[in-house]
Amino acid sequence: MSAGYDLQEPGHDATEHPASQPGAGQHDPDMPQEAPKRKRARRGATVVSRAEGRSLYGSRVIETPGRLFIVEGIDGSGKSTQLTLLAQWLRGQGYPVVFSEWNSSPIVKSTTSRGKKRKQLTPLTFSLIHATDFSDRIEREIVPSLKAGAIVLADRYVYTAFARDVTRGVPSRWVRSLYRFAAVPTMAFYFRVPLDVALKRILSGRPRLKWYEAGMDLELDDDIEESYRMFQGRILDEYERIVPEYGLHVIDAAQPVELQQRMLRRAIKPHLAGIAQPGANP
Amino acid sequence: MSRFTSYGPGIPGLDAAELSGWLIVIEGTDGVGRSTQVALLRTHLEQLGYAVAETGLSRSDLASRGINRAKQGNTLGANAFNLYYATDFADRLERQIVPALRAGFVMLTDRYIYSLISRAIVRGADPEWIKDVYSFALKPDAVFYLRIDVEGLVPRVLAQGGFDYWESGMDLPMGEDLYDSFMNYQRRVVQELDTLASEFGFETLDATRSVEVNAADLAQRVSMLLTSSEPQAEPRPAG
Repeated sequence: MSAGYDLQEPGHDATEHPASQPGAGQHDPDMPQEAPKRKRARRGATVVSRAEGRSLYGSRVIETPGRLFIVEGIDGSGKSTQLTLLAQWLRGQGYPVVFSEWNSSPIVKSTTSRGKKRKQLTPLTFSLIHATDFSDRIEREIVPSLKAGAIVLADRYVYTAFARDVTRGVPSRWVRSLYRFAAVPTMAFYFRVPLDVALKRILSGRPRLKWYEAGMDLELDDDIEESYRMFQGRILDEYERIVPEYGLHVIDAAQPVELQQRMLRRAIKPHLAGIAQPGANP
Repeated sequence: MSRFTSYGPGIPGLDAAELSGWLIVIEGTDGVGRSTQVALLRTHLEQLGYAVAETGLSRSDLASRGINRAKQGNTLGANAFNLYYATDFADRLERQIVPALRAGFVMLTDRYIYSLISRAIVRGADPEWIKDVYSFALKPDAVFYLRIDVEGLVPRVLAQGGFDYWESGMDLPMGEDLYDSFMNYQRRVVQELDTLASEFGFETLDATRSVEVNAADLAQRVSMLLTSSEPQAEPRPAG
């Protein structure tokens, strides 16, 4: 029964993947045209747009009433800003919104910090500890919220692990299988930004880079800033492979903030039908 | 060419040809007497002049504290527990087992991926998925499986001070009280270990025999293994 899960065997079930159809996943200047997009998304394995938080843990498939929207992109792509703005907008309309951040499970986080501080993490344990953290959030935060009918917004998702871990030398097929228990997002957005733009945003504002953040464990360069540049460049390349593979919806992150936000809202709007708005003003 | 390979794509960045030594696993369910046998085997091998190292579940520097904390509060998702154990195992594999093998030691491990796979399956993980997670593990030279039925396990557990919460699967739970849950949980764990035993070719020992008989049996089997095979490949000179 695990077949048909779109994270399981990338490439093997491409025909069932709605988003791997030609055109999907590439940047489309006039973004989601509601009607045709929805129709297209409903064909084949309707996991991406219609599953609404369908989750696969082992062989169990859970259909839930909630919606799951996730954002991806390299550091400095502006995805967190966009997600925060989206949350404000949704809350303003009375929708129940739950935020889930990468690497935030309380117990697991302490192990991750310990490993990072002591430079103890290898590509393998780096990958596994992040999967542990993610699994805890899936089980105790994301899936219960989806079952309760909430709109879950996740800042980074499995694709972050795919991009980072593979850059660190972890086999691509293995890490994709590792995350098979993940809930399938209703929509996944990739904030595409030129490397130098992202680097400028980060490096101008934050002088002190952390060891793993800069990919110093890969020994790309002795200089931490140079290492960070190279590491981010490689992650960007990985993302570009992931975008067509999983049909991430691309947002041009070099555009003005307001314009990106407008596109984001327009894209998710069709998926909000049927969600209760308990917080809405009468 | 090394005899050491992984079940899957292997450990990122490791050249398995650098490894020599032996990797010997003692498997079996909770309370079956594994640690006693590992200790006896270690003494025996050291008397024969072998350099012996040892590891066991949740003994990693990285994850053991977190796992213990999570166990106390039962505040971690079931699947997250599976992956926490996988993290612990990976840390021990890379930072205890691999260095010991690189140095030509006999590495004795008190349980390996098989116990972790069975407890995950009993807790609802997809068997193919959890095996795939652990596919980076090195294939051991031998797995000795101390096998016992749950009925045979009960007197041992009572002698050791009673039923443990986790060893009784009370996080699930699988019965009305510790005893019921223990019986159901351990029956399932043993069943999964039996399946893995045939799938991965364990050497099975009857754990209901006395400690001395099992120790002698193990000592003989391991001695045979060590004398019939050279340590897996000589360490290669750098470059």
